Amino acid sequence: MAHDQSYKDRKFEVVGNRFKRPDGVEKVTGKARYGADTFAPGQLVGRILRSPHAHAKIKKINTAKAEKLPGVKAIITSKDLPDLTNGDIGLQNILENCMARGRALYDGHAVAAVAAVDEQTARKALKLIEVEYKVLPHVTDVDEAMKPDAPLLHDWIFTSGVDPKPTKPSNIAGRTEMGNGDVEAGFKDADVIVEKSFKTGQTHQGYIEPHACLASVNPDGSAELWVTTQGHFSFRNTCAALLGLDFAALKTTSSEIGGGFGGKTHVWGEPVALALSRKANRPVKLVMNRDEVFRATGPTSSTSIDVKIGAKKNGTITAASAELRYQGGAFPGPWAMLGCMTGFACYDIKNMKAVGWDVVVNRPKSTAYRAPSAPMAAFAIESTMDMVAKEIGMDSVDFRLKNVAREGTRAPYGPIYGPIGIEPTLEAVRDHPHMKAKLKKNQARGVACGFWFNIGGQTCTDLNIGTDGTVNLTVGTVDVGGARASLAMIAAEELGVPYDRVRVNIGDSASLGHNDTTEGSRGTFSSGMATIFAARDAIDVMKERAAKMWDIPVEDIVWENGVARATGKKHGNLPTLSLKEIAAKSHNTGGPIAGHNEITADGAGNGFASHICDVEVDPETGAARVVRYTVVQDAGKAIHLDYVEGQFQGAAAQGIGWALNEEYIYGEDGRLQNAGFLDYRIPVCSDLPFIDTKILEIPNPNHPYGIRGVGETSIVPPLAAVSNAIANAVGVRMTQVPMSPQRVLAALDDLDNAS
Amino acid sequence: MTDSTLVSTTINGDSIEFACPNDETLLDALRNRVGLTGVKEGCGTGDCGACSVTLDGRLVCSCLVLGVEASGREVGTVEGLTTNGELHPLQEKFIEHAALQCGVCTPGFLVAAKALLDKNPDPSETEIRYALAGNLCRCTGYDKIVRAVQATAKDMRKAKKKKG
Amino acid sequence: MRYESPTTIKEVVGLLKKERGKAFVLAGGTDLLVGMKLGMIEPDLLVDIKHIPAMRTVKTSKTGFRIGAAVSCAELGEHKAMKKAWPGVVEAANLIGSDQVQGRCTVVGNLCNASPAADSVPALIAAGAKAVIVGADGRRTIAVENIATGPGKTCLKKGEVIEAITLPNQTKTSGDAYLRFTPRTEMDIAVVGVGINLTLEKGLVSKARVVLGAVAPTAITVPEAAEALIGTKVDKKALENLAAACSAACRPIDDKRGSAEYRTRIAGVMAVRAAKIAFKRAGSAA
Repeated sequence: MAHDQSYKDRKFEVVGNRFKRPDGVEKVTGKARYGADTFAPGQLVGRILRSPHAHAKIKKINTAKAEKLPGVKAIITSKDLPDLTNGDIGLQNILENCMARGRALYDGHAVAAVAAVDEQTARKALKLIEVEYKVLPHVTDVDEAMKPDAPLLHDWIFTSGVDPKPTKPSNIAGRTEMGNGDVEAGFKDADVIVEKSFKTGQTHQGYIEPHACLASVNPDGSAELWVTTQGHFSFRNTCAALLGLDFAALKTTSSEIGGGFGGKTHVWGEPVALALSRKANRPVKLVMNRDEVFRATGPTSSTSIDVKIGAKKNGTITAASAELRYQGGAFPGPWAMLGCMTGFACYDIKNMKAVGWDVVVNRPKSTAYRAPSAPMAAFAIESTMDMVAKEIGMDSVDFRLKNVAREGTRAPYGPIYGPIGIEPTLEAVRDHPHMKAKLKKNQARGVACGFWFNIGGQTCTDLNIGTDGTVNLTVGTVDVGGARASLAMIAAEELGVPYDRVRVNIGDSASLGHNDTTEGSRGTFSSGMATIFAARDAIDVMKERAAKMWDIPVEDIVWENGVARATGKKHGNLPTLSLKEIAAKSHNTGGPIAGHNEITADGAGNGFASHICDVEVDPETGAARVVRYTVVQDAGKAIHLDYVEGQFQGAAAQGIGWALNEEYIYGEDGRLQNAGFLDYRIPVCSDLPFIDTKILEIPNPNHPYGIRGVGETSIVPPLAAVSNAIANAVGVRMTQVPMSPQRVLAALDDLDNAS
Repeated sequence: MTDSTLVSTTINGDSIEFACPNDETLLDALRNRVGLTGVKEGCGTGDCGACSVTLDGRLVCSCLVLGVEASGREVGTVEGLTTNGELHPLQEKFIEHAALQCGVCTPGFLVAAKALLDKNPDPSETEIRYALAGNLCRCTGYDKIVRAVQATAKDMRKAKKKKG
Repeated sequence: MRYESPTTIKEVVGLLKKERGKAFVLAGGTDLLVGMKLGMIEPDLLVDIKHIPAMRTVKTSKTGFRIGAAVSCAELGEHKAMKKAWPGVVEAANLIGSDQVQGRCTVVGNLCNASPAADSVPALIAAGAKAVIVGADGRRTIAVENIATGPGKTCLKKGEVIEAITLPNQTKTSGDAYLRFTPRTEMDIAVVGVGINLTLEKGLVSKARVVLGAVAPTAITVPEAAEALIGTKVDKKALENLAAACSAACRPIDDKRGSAEYRTRIAGVMAVRAAKIAFKRAGSAA
């Protein structure tokens, strides 16, 4: 049934409040079951042997000794995962990433795996597997990897998007270009031009729960996978394709998920666990150690970016260009393209050009990290924006407002914007009391903006009403941070029942149609929409049942505030029938009452945010600390206020960590040196202030409630907001992230030497 | 040569016996032998606090304690915070203040926050932040966690005043 | 792996001496268990010393303090007399790891782990602390600065174990301080650590010890830095000299936690800050 997706202004009863989440008690009592928290009869412990080399040919793997160790039940190498991909290069890359096929492409690349009766035996067995490597030259830096004489990762990569097509393979997987107008002419019109080059370090999502799964494959080809994932349907499809299983035969259940931020959108150990289980014919539990998480899952790209912006003295940008180089780890990805699409998205620029280079290096395969690729581009561009504002003597917020994108502006990646929130967020920043707050010695303030597309996608949802009038909502998107509460609120709103009557369940892959992965800030937007439509389906059913109970035409019945009401003079005296009353009689009126919806939820409204950041810089050590922070973001419509604020705060905190301390550090040998939480420094509680939030609501016209995704956008501005604040505090323009104490101090020295 | 030990210990007030290899951590023993999976492994190296428990009342990372060391001692985990089916005030406030998103760090935070409030019923914001610095959270930016601890401390002080 | 939890020091020594494989003493275990988890340490025998009563206490006497090898840093931080006499030592010990780690880690473990960046070691050396070593041949007492001989290496012989750390009484006109620099506010390893212990006479520094951590293979005492302070009121000129002497003494490496150049620079900065605190403490105690 087609439903009307367009936004309708209405008064909400439930939506826009703060309710206790339905899964709260389970989570504060330790009962909630995450990836590693389940057990199967006869389960084995799986462990993976990983390459200690950044780049090596695998000459031989001898598993004989390990196989003889008592308690070892299966050992696999790439031979146990034959290529069933039929030439699908994307799947091939996933397969090779899950288990090296003749070559180790990065420190941490899986080369073999073992299933044994216990942890101790599995660890011993790994040590008994003999791998003969021929170490090859490696490259881990994006700029180095682009050089003609760089060590080559793949002989099948010929740069796409360049004319003529190269005849020699290289590490440059592709070139993307987008833009509008005439950039050269635009720069000629400029009074001021600022050009600057930037670099950003590689960061990891840093979810606290390591990857974990429990896999069980039966000899008849049926299988189960319990896994911590953002997308159990796509995990099922990928795993089934790689193992040659029917989709329907591989029941995949998403456990509670201990953080993902994009990092759990991709399979890593899951196909390996399934292959081990298939070989051992017993369930296999595979849980990563933290160092495996850092070395062998999907961090985000490190980058190298050049920006050039020209403007008139009155503040109008006449031209802007950027060249963005992103490494995707050992396999190609869309990362540079996403940088090109997002970098200038906050502004209306007549002449704009962005060129992206997607590069492979000997690092783990990159995957999405919250608004993937956008923070790096924003760091470079929003830093340059501040420099231009300073050059022309304009307030940096006014400068941004002067060039701000509005409804009707063409986005850098093509479409015309509908109603968007960048201008309101900047105005809210300008008028925020934070902007007038006094600063102490060595403190200063910076502002920056950010954009993220937000996505919708395939969604399938069931809503079932029990005979006691309570409601089960089953969705196929994963609850990564309170979505059950938001979706229960939406169902309650639509049905007109109290919030606590609705229970939300995350359905497994066998109980619902395909749901796309919970990424792109789509969870509440898409499943929210499907929930509304499923509820409306159920309401239609209940109206029919009421019609039967009253024996009147269904056309004469309306649904209001959780009750069926007969309209028209004929039926005026009929008392209303509540959801509960209708449900209680459902066995006599046609059976269970349910609503269902499957949809490709398109029209996700773009997300925009503007941030204010105060830092204090210790001029003697170069240490910068965030002392006050405010996030202003457009939510379209905030369903659960706490969890919207929580997304803003968490995203900002991740951005602050990225800005100041987080970075993959590779040694000369190409090995990761800081594969742990001690030296990969995510912010701790004492590093941060309270993070103030202001939710703006510019309704998304393509959602019945006006919802926009809120999960990602606010990781985009902090890198530049912190950098701009540091520049204002001590006069140095940091061009490399993280802005670690020693980098800031070195920049201060350069400033001293120059003056 | 004995590589395993039969450990008699008290966990959340219950006498428990388990046998574990001598080199197994208390974290692994609690999760895999006693079934207390509320204790989480985030790093296994004492850097994230997700496995926080108390040992004879003192806050520790159970990944940095051997299972055999629990012998004759009292272990407290998140599963022991609830008494007679009633949530501890910290548990209530964490839910009320939305101090958890994914929730995997939450058990560790609750155990650490309780240890703090047991010692210091009226901590400042800075004291809370430093006391909880050993517990990593990647979802919340800590904002709502600190507020939940502040609110709990306030309520518990009030309740104590009323009683006393 | 065998696990033993003897109740006397004699048994400890016997077990260690007898073991043919790799034997380790387990006190707090906060370094040992990490090494085991990462597969870098595979002991054949662990000797848990926490069941030895004398190892579990801080004793005060006329001559000073005796900190048992199994006393956790959290317990040390709760010891009022220690805190009053040696605030720098206690603060240094309390900087190791989180509250959770504090509940287990010990200063003796910090010392025996022999990390150049150990927080408690510069403060202990500045305070003139000594280590009481027990072995099959009996007891010997040596200065803390002589324990670590290089990263991860100590002078302890097979079968030897540190039983306790002793500290003298602090004089009324003395004060100590320890400061470190880390990128994060907590949960971090010192990029540079500085322990300083000062004694005043008539308002001027009469005795000083300045010890740097994380800038050489072991913690280093810097006599030139002490000289810079002696005879002064820790004025601007003295502090400049102190900073220069500290930086000059650094022999650090470049690593993931900081460049050699940065460590050298920051050693001077942190020394100045620590000296101010120590001077204030020495003065206020008078």
